[in-house]
This record gives sequence, C-alpha cells and structure tokens, in this order.
Amino acid sequence: MRKHLVSSADLTRADIESILATAASMHDVQRREVKKLPTLRGRTIINFFFEDSTRTRSSFEIAGKWMSADTINLSAKGSSTSKGESLRDSVQTINAMAVDALVIRHNQSGACQQVAGWVDASVINAGDGTHEHPTQALLDAYTLRSRLGDLDGKHVVIVGDLTHSRVFRSNVLTLTTLGARVTVVAPPTLMPAGIASWAERDGFATGWDLDAVLAGDDIPDAVMMLRVQRERMSGGFFPTPREYTVGYGLTRPRVEALRARNDDVLIMHPGPMNRGLEISADAAESPNSVILDQVSSGLAVRMAVLYHLLAGEETAA
Amino acid sequence: MATAGLPEPTSPPLDPAGKTVMGASDIARCLRRMAHEILERNKGADDLVVLGIPSRGVELGNRLAAMLEQVEGRGIPAGSLDITMHRDDLRHQPTRAPMRTHIPPPGIDGKVVILVDDVLYSGRTIRAALDALADLGRPRAVRLAVLVDRGHRELPIRADHVGKNLPTSVSEKVQVRLVGHDGIDDVVNIAGGESR
Repeated sequence: MRKHLVSSADLTRADIESILATAASMHDVQRREVKKLPTLRGRTIINFFFEDSTRTRSSFEIAGKWMSADTINLSAKGSSTSKGESLRDSVQTINAMAVDALVIRHNQSGACQQVAGWVDASVINAGDGTHEHPTQALLDAYTLRSRLGDLDGKHVVIVGDLTHSRVFRSNVLTLTTLGARVTVVAPPTLMPAGIASWAERDGFATGWDLDAVLAGDDIPDAVMMLRVQRERMSGGFFPTPREYTVGYGLTRPRVEALRARNDDVLIMHPGPMNRGLEISADAAESPNSVILDQVSSGLAVRMAVLYHLLAGEETAA
Repeated sequence: MATAGLPEPTSPPLDPAGKTVMGASDIARCLRRMAHEILERNKGADDLVVLGIPSRGVELGNRLAAMLEQVEGRGIPAGSLDITMHRDDLRHQPTRAPMRTHIPPPGIDGKVVILVDDVLYSGRTIRAALDALADLGRPRAVRLAVLVDRGHRELPIRADHVGKNLPTSVSEKVQVRLVGHDGIDDVVNIAGGESR
C-alpha cells in the first residue's frame, strides 16, 4: 500500500477491495462493547482542518482513537494560521513533532498534494477545495456494496453542484474503478467546464435533465444528491433556490417515481444536507435513504484507511 | 451485517521437494482424538465454544466442532477469531486485510473457549489471540488446540491439545493444506532446511 492518500485516482481496484474488506471487519468492531484495537498504539495522528467539518473530522478522530492512536485536532481558527502563518510553515512545524499522519482539509484544491511533498508523515486528504475527498468516495462505495453487493454494472446517478463538488470527483473515480456505471446530472451553470472530455476518459455519462435520467432506460440503483455549496458560490449559478429544487431537487414526487421503478433504490447524500433545497425531508427520511449508514460506514472506512497507511512496514520516505 | 466481499484466501503451491508428514487420514484421526481429549478434559461439552484462527484454523475449528457434535449429539458453537489487528509484528511485514471475526451467538462470557490453529510456532499468534479475546469478553477458561506443534516458542505459551509434535529446525517450513480451504487434499508437509 502507498504512503499517502491524496487522490482517488491513486487507488487501484485491488487497493479499494482491500480497504473495503478491512472496513467490513472494522464495522464489526463498532458493534462491540469494547471498541478498541491496539493496532496503532504509539502513533500520532493530527487532524488539521482549515475548513469546517462535523462528520469527517469527528470520524477520523474516533477512528484513530478506536485503533489506539493519539489523535489531535487543529483548526485554522485558533492555530497560528489565524496569525498569518503559511500552510507550508504550519505543516512543517507539525511534521517536526514526529507525527505519523496528517489528515488535512483545506479550501484550496491541490493543498494535500503539496503538503505530501513537504512532510515525512503520511498525508490523508480529507477534502481539498473543489478537488477530491477520497475517503468519502470509499465510504460511499462501502455503503453501496453493503446494500447492492458487487458494483459491476450497477447504475449510480450523482446529482447537483458538480462544479464545486470534491465528493463527485472522488466518487466518479472510485465507482468507475469498481465497475459501476455513473451518470452525473447538473444544471448547465454547475457543470464543470470540459466535462465532456473528462467523461470520455473516465467512462461516465452526463446529463442536464434530471427527470429524463431518472426515467431513462437505465434504471438507477442509487441516487446520490450533492450539497449546494453556497459558501463556494460567488456568482449567480441559479435564479432562485426554489427553481433549483424544481429542476434538480430530490422531491417527494421524484422519490415516488423512482420507487415505482425500483423499490430498493438507494438515496445518498454526503451531508450536511440543505433540506428543502437539494433534498426533501421525505427523501432524507424515506426507508430508501442510507444517509446515516454512510456516516457509520465512514468510521469503518477511515479505520481501514489508517490501518493500511500506518500499520504496515516502514516505507522509506 | 455488512457484506463487503473478503479477499479469496491465497494458497501458495506446496514445495515439491517437501516431505509429507501427515496425510488426510492421519489428520482426521488426530482431530478425532483431540475432540475426545477436549471432552474428557472438559468433562462433557458444557459451555464449549470453538474459535478458529484464520485462515486454516477456522476450517480445523469447524471440523473439530462437527466431531464434538457427533460424539455428544448436540450442537457446539463454532466461530472465528481474527488477530491481525493485535499482532506485534505489523510493522515488519506488508499490511494485509484482516479476516472476519465471528463469535457465535451465546458469546464467550463464562464459556470454555477452545482456540484452534494449524501450526504452533513462536506463540505470538496465540498471544495476539488472547488479547483479542479479552476485548470480546471474559471466558471462564481458554484452551489451545493445534494440529502441529513445531517448537521454537518465543513466549511462555503451550498447547493443551496437540495433533502431532513435529520437531523442526528454524530453517524448515511446515506447510498445511486443507481441502475446504485450499481445494487440495489434506496434507502436512515439511520443506526446506539444510540437509534433507
């Protein structure tokens, strides 16, 4: 296994299979009374979050603690970053404390790749700007696999703010590596530039009309709604929230239409949800929703990632 | 239950220069004797839980449990105990995905756990297994049954029930193959070493 996890593109099918198999064992640990493994005893993991997070940060922290590593959380507010320290100085300072892993979330795309070149520790990308979020893709794959079995030939539809979505970028890479067919849907204003050549390279389909995709010949096995990322939007990407919901929200009529075609269709959302905007409360609470499964899968998958990056042979830096 | 697939167990080919020390019928006889020993020692089958250590210990454990059932005429819970996360040599070898731990429904609290493995060597696997067990509950007693004891212990650990004591040198390799796990007939081979 490699030293860093920066991009989902680095993971081969064998790597992903191995992580998901480990995650399955880790999922069992979550159901035990004593949720503690000695595997990473004496290792130090720093969660350095330059951007806000609830589930990713807490699950990395819990995952590390359950494996007996010492985990420490740092955020931009309250660290020297707020005094103007550069990213490079910050991470090299942390690195000088001989930590074993740096879990980094940053608002700049490519930040993790840069950090990986600056430090000796393993770098894990917990979301960098609008680039990638590889552990999210792994936990989504794990959630899908635990419900659908082998993903070969399964159809996953990803809907929403593609331009700003790192979840979508990592998911397309991981899901297509596992053999799933992916269709991405967004309003033209939120479709990244040049997606056509990209879709051709990675082998996924694109569309603008959500209802046409959901009613298409290729019945979806899962629909993944993406969050409308208001904090990254400076211009007008859609006229009104209402109009976005009408065109691209997972509303009750759409859920009913989907269930009429496939009773077991899975509804996913990486969270946090804008209820009433990209997903209705009915959809989020429906029996088809696996949104909370995604959270508990996240713990198992992050334990598995920490195990694969940190437990093995010392690799030459 | 999560159902993400487990990797297929890999069985490297047997060393053709190896010498067979146990065949299928020897292994079956050993297991049968061990089953009787376990019952004798336990004065019956009360509270017995058989836990195999992956990968081949699981198959041996299931066979032992089936023999215990035959003798006693009632079900004996059997499961598996993966010890990967508890190993002390994780840093010295490439990472491998852990296998599944399956504890049968009655649990292990207050039970007599029979740990089953194919080869007892340094004792480090069993040390890890005891740690793993402690995280899962508190058995009344833990006993160890192994198919082959090849010596060279590095820790104060011994087996309660041994299929065959096999004196070996450290440079030799003991290879166990089981039909349910490897797809070839049961066999224990010994290979390598200097002048063999």
